Amino acid sequence: MANSVTEQIQGLWNSDFSVAYVQPTAFAGLHVLEFVVPLIIAVAYLTYAERKVLAAMQMRQGPNVVGPFGLLQPLADGLKLLAKETIIPSGANRGVFLFAPMLTFLLSLVAWAVIPVNAGWVVSNINVGVLYLFAISSLGVYGILMAGWASNSRYAFLGGLRSAAQMVSYEVSMGFVLVSVLLTTGSLNLTAIVDAQHPFWVSLMLFPMFIVFVISALAETNRAPFDLPEGESELVGGYNVEYSSMTFALFFLGEYSNMILMSGMTSVLFLGAWLPPFGISALAVVPGFIWFALKVCFVLFVFIWTRATLPRFRYDQLMRLGWKVFLPFTLVWLVFMAAVLLYNHALPGMQGG
Amino acid sequence: MIATDLLTNYFPIVVFLVIATGLSMLMVGVSFLAAKQKPDTEKISAYECGFEAFADARMKFDVRFYLVSILFIIFDLEVAFLFPWAITLGKIGLYGFWSMMVFLGVLTVGFIYEWRKGALDWE
Amino acid sequence: MIEAIFFYVFSAVLIGSAAWVISSRNPVHSVLALILAFFNAAGLFVMLGAEFLAMIMVIVYVGAVAVLFLFVVMMLDIDFVKLKAGLVKNAFVGFIVGGVLLAEFVWMYLRWGMSQVTPHVMMPTPDMAQVNNTQALGMVLYTHYVYLFQISGLILLVAMIGAITLTHRRRPDNRTQKVAIQVARNPKDVLKVEKITSGSGVH
Repeated sequence: MANSVTEQIQGLWNSDFSVAYVQPTAFAGLHVLEFVVPLIIAVAYLTYAERKVLAAMQMRQGPNVVGPFGLLQPLADGLKLLAKETIIPSGANRGVFLFAPMLTFLLSLVAWAVIPVNAGWVVSNINVGVLYLFAISSLGVYGILMAGWASNSRYAFLGGLRSAAQMVSYEVSMGFVLVSVLLTTGSLNLTAIVDAQHPFWVSLMLFPMFIVFVISALAETNRAPFDLPEGESELVGGYNVEYSSMTFALFFLGEYSNMILMSGMTSVLFLGAWLPPFGISALAVVPGFIWFALKVCFVLFVFIWTRATLPRFRYDQLMRLGWKVFLPFTLVWLVFMAAVLLYNHALPGMQGG
Repeated sequence: MIATDLLTNYFPIVVFLVIATGLSMLMVGVSFLAAKQKPDTEKISAYECGFEAFADARMKFDVRFYLVSILFIIFDLEVAFLFPWAITLGKIGLYGFWSMMVFLGVLTVGFIYEWRKGALDWE
Repeated sequence: MIEAIFFYVFSAVLIGSAAWVISSRNPVHSVLALILAFFNAAGLFVMLGAEFLAMIMVIVYVGAVAVLFLFVVMMLDIDFVKLKAGLVKNAFVGFIVGGVLLAEFVWMYLRWGMSQVTPHVMMPTPDMAQVNNTQALGMVLYTHYVYLFQISGLILLVAMIGAITLTHRRRPDNRTQKVAIQVARNPKDVLKVEKITSGSGVH
């Protein structure tokens, strides 16, 4: 048989085994890369954008030396971190020490598997998308806890513990906010949440929850004003004091990737991810994922803006806010919303009203 | 087995996990290869403002962290019970609503107890 | 076929990490192995179609309970030599207890069957295609099984109160911020604005 190489490869590609196993894996891998590559570039340029925006708010320039308008700055930073030595402190538990930043980075990537950037553009359209995201946030605690413990340094350990306690405290109010969003949509699937039609007054009732969610997201990602556990002037960088080179880079990237993830979650849950703002159908000429990107950028801008503007919370004030203010407020608001929706027959799945 | 629709949706997550793990291992591995590694006793000693570490890094057991995590478990479970309730409230109607209110009431009693006892204060 | 592969992988890692939990010398490694075991159990739940349960397992067990374990294990200085010394003394009793449990499992497995009463009392499981796992749970948990639900609430309450009673210690000489008092302060009572002409000084 004189089959050319291309014909043989085509034959293999269309064979039964391949159709059942190789093709789904290949397509899944392709969809994954469609998310991962832009995400990594976005994370790198988020660091640049933060520095520029902070600089503008502080009446100065920001990076503008490396390349036009300083656009190659993230590349330079990345190369510098790559070329530095990875120092593993004596007495540190090697395996856990190296695993912790990998875990942080990995989790912030894997969470994107369920976020829809456009109708039908989602890697994995599972029925329990919201729970999956909540689980990933809960797991984020481990990277920090393990980093703090494995470093065998007082500062790192205390910073890690405090950071973990902080993240855990704001998880609860985030959970209640998620539940109140679910009341209006009747499904845990993220695409269904975006597609859910609800009357305007329902979206208005969700507004305080939106505010609480954004603030909890700031606390979850250890961003200012809640960055005491890792603030340079406080605990000398907290849990990542002993990390250098790429391990530090992974923490850094993981934190920014988490920020983008939280912004993505906010736009999916509250801002209607790929739908044109305020439902103006005339704006639908712009493709959905552009709207999604713009909304994510808006929320990121709010994050950076808060960092530039607000002073740091003291640790006990931070814990007080999480347990004594947000928890009761979100719980009461949740009950109130459930009662109002039930009374007005506005719950999804209800007949009549 | 079970509805394979359900499982085919989970498969890309496994692929994502494998790719993400590979990527992070690559990033750590590359730095080991690309940079000159020359460990030195000063470089690998723990950071303590220029001094040698006075004591073992493990601090005394601070019971506040334990309490915060127990409270977190309790409220996490409360949220876990709230998830199916929130999405089926339309179908279970008033009876389901009041059943959850009693549950939340019980836990609110606990929350008030904690608040008054001062367990929610960090200091 | 691929489901069988996943099942065997999940089960093998689950059993392996469970064995690692009890045989590891480092307590932190034990907790990490336990976390791995929980993940694989969650994977098995997903394969059964119980996706809500799998996610809640990760959220509650891995995200909360294992964090608690990790906090405790990291802060306590466990002396392993003393701990291991007890192994030989207690091995005999341990084997007896383990043997009894194994016998119970085998007996149960050999005698497994549904009673005549149960199908009338239990709720039928809805078809997976119509109603997803979470909705199926939600429709019965708060109405049909309401007493069990309330009892679980009471258990959580007891856990809260128990934890506080056992661990909470108030420091007697502590001065905290009373935020309500600070916020309720009236500027008129504490501030006075003086208009001063330049060169004249304050009087």
